[in-house]
Amino acid sequence: MSKALDLITRVRGVRGAMLVSAEDGLVVAEQLMEGIKGSAVAALAASLAGRLRRAMEAAGTGTSVFWHLQAEQGALLVVPSGEASGNLLVVAVAEPDVNIGLVRLELLRAAEAGA
Amino acid sequence: MSPSTRAVENWTLQPLTDFVREASARLVLVLTSSGQVLAQSGFSRAVDVMSAAALAAAIVASTSELARQLRQPPFGALSHQGPKTGFFLATFMTDRGTLAVLAVYDLDVSSLGIVQLFYEQLAADLKAASPKGVVPKQVLAADFERELTDSLNTLFGR
Repeated sequence: MSKALDLITRVRGVRGAMLVSAEDGLVVAEQLMEGIKGSAVAALAASLAGRLRRAMEAAGTGTSVFWHLQAEQGALLVVPSGEASGNLLVVAVAEPDVNIGLVRLELLRAAEAGA
Repeated sequence: MSPSTRAVENWTLQPLTDFVREASARLVLVLTSSGQVLAQSGFSRAVDVMSAAALAAAIVASTSELARQLRQPPFGALSHQGPKTGFFLATFMTDRGTLAVLAVYDLDVSSLGIVQLFYEQLAADLKAASPKGVVPKQVLAADFERELTDSLNTLFGR
């Protein structure tokens, strides 16, 4: 678990990686730089993931495999992991100019490995 | 402000209103550890407030006693989650004495993480807003029914 997070945080521009319980928005594991409030990121990620899942089901597009939220001062990148992609979220908090493709690759690897 | 959010003690109203909006909680009670309700949101019947407050105070009392017997500090928070609904009960100290917050939330609009996150803000806001230097009044059995009726009348706008 910690190795998977370690690989994500090694990507340049990533400020932290977390495993989050998708159902209740609690932190399962985290490797975050100082100043990032893990509980807030976890709650936000799980809340968005839940709403996104329902919206995508309603739209008939199936479940999400990766999503990226770009903000002014950073980015949130998320890959659902676990049974039916509903148990855990692998989350990266990154700088706005991070290499999205590289982070996505590491997130998918972590999710495939069951984080 | 949500029309269903009401307070017996006005300093609790704004923090509670903010919490309800941000945490998307369906029902919330702010009460003392003896079960006296200071504010409520979402309840439509006085009897529900009375029973929820009594049950929440009983849980606080029993978990506090359990912690005492285990020689631990009192538990900070308690959470139960069902298939569609969760509830969160936590206590914190203010100048008004120990207060408890009971929040009931629907899992399709909120989560434990969200409720916990905004509960921290609620507790901080209530601590900051609580009247300073006021000794909490003892609730005497003789006054209990009258105070309860007065509180419920205030909470339900009667």
